[in-house]
Amino acid sequence: MIEVKNLHKGFGDVKILKGINTNFHPGKTNLIIGQSGAGKTVFLKTLIGLHQPEEGTISFDGRLNTEFTIQQKRQWRQEIGMVFQGSALFDSQTVQENIMFPLKMFTKQSQKEMLDRVNFVLDRVNLQNSNTKLPAELSGGMQKRVAIARAIVMNPKYLFCDEPNSGLDPQTAIVIDNLIQEITNEYKITTVINTHDMNSVMEIGEKIVFLKDGKKAWEGNSEEMFKTDNESVVDFVYSSNLFKKVREAYLNETK
Amino acid sequence: MLKQVFKRPQKGRIFYESLIREIEELGLKSLGIIMFISFFIGGVIALQTALNLDSAFIPKSLIGFAAKRSIILEFAPTFCSIILAGKVGSYITSSIGTMRVTEQIDALEVMGINSLNYLVLPKVIATVCFYPFLIIMGMMLGIFGGWLAGVLSGLFSGVDYIEGLQTDFKPFLIVYSIIKTLVFAFLIATVPSYHGYFVKGGSIAVGKASTQSVVWTTILIVITNYFLTQMLLT
Repeated sequence: MIEVKNLHKGFGDVKILKGINTNFHPGKTNLIIGQSGAGKTVFLKTLIGLHQPEEGTISFDGRLNTEFTIQQKRQWRQEIGMVFQGSALFDSQTVQENIMFPLKMFTKQSQKEMLDRVNFVLDRVNLQNSNTKLPAELSGGMQKRVAIARAIVMNPKYLFCDEPNSGLDPQTAIVIDNLIQEITNEYKITTVINTHDMNSVMEIGEKIVFLKDGKKAWEGNSEEMFKTDNESVVDFVYSSNLFKKVREAYLNETK
Repeated sequence: MLKQVFKRPQKGRIFYESLIREIEELGLKSLGIIMFISFFIGGVIALQTALNLDSAFIPKSLIGFAAKRSIILEFAPTFCSIILAGKVGSYITSSIGTMRVTEQIDALEVMGINSLNYLVLPKVIATVCFYPFLIIMGMMLGIFGGWLAGVLSGLFSGVDYIEGLQTDFKPFLIVYSIIKTLVFAFLIATVPSYHGYFVKGGSIAVGKASTQSVVWTTILIVITNYFLTQMLLT
């Protein structure tokens, strides 16, 4: 479990995160939502250690990341898988090389063992026979799947995804959502997804944290989101007529 | 930055693979341009010297002597390094800068990889190890270009030119030239890497950083050249 207590982060005089308290459970898809500029990406990057918090703590299964020794930090890094918004695949490397990279760097596996593992995760993300392709030769959805394969190749305990659906068509977005949820449940990973795709929120949001102006404005699951009267959430989530109607239909049905 | 760059590589095999790749990208792929420019500039130096030493009192062998000194002392190490700063420097900045803006460097950091060490150290080793060979090749081709220019133009004979090459030959000048090349190679790898690694923004920022890195590398080469010349030759 990831526990966040009183997390503050800013850049110079600009305060981005203003005392966030929340936790993310294993085996569940945890979503961070909020408007652009609410601090979602900074929050995610602080969780994975790319930004240092100014105040507050983040603990990973009881281990405070601020108290890690160099060795523990190295170990913790290998427990993390990250899917970046633009996939962040190494563009000079093939799909196979991209996925094999962490294995080569941190394990003593033989070439055959590494290749087997690469093929296994590629199979898991339904991307067979793409080993020799370069990222530039793949579609956006395929690149995301390679990024997921690379993120899970080391069997991470924690999976972080920064807007995994951005730039994808709705059909591919659902495929990616379902894939992340399946992997989360299958491997009991603590998954944290940063998104403002409302389809994802409704489909896979087992826990949702709503950020507004750097603060946690609301948290709950997708069912609770339908029922909430929280003004900020209602304004943000149900700003489109479609979702407004879906919500009304849901509320009428459950009356 | 340099402290992180010069840490021990996390995995020897990966470092070795990167080193080979960088030797090819930064060294072997620059061979053509250095050979081409050295040959023709060598020819021009010899022709200019011949045309400007048009006196019966000055021996023709002086042309070979002057061309040799110009090429070994300045043209090969300094001029070629400035050319490499343009070609290789912009490549280094744009490749590392693109990795920065597309979050590939963040991906390395999240994996627990020292990105500075992984990206910059192979470039530094590749340039420092390979550029002396490149510059020596530049010297040889420049001198050969001078000889050929003289023979083809008829302004001086090959024998006079070779006599000039052999006159007052000081091996230390080659050592001096290689010392300068090693320092310039270090600058060519590190200054553009710095500009690429710390770039902020998008593709326009990467373009601007590439230009800036070439300008700064050139300025540093010129200034370092002055101080090295004073330190080593006076």
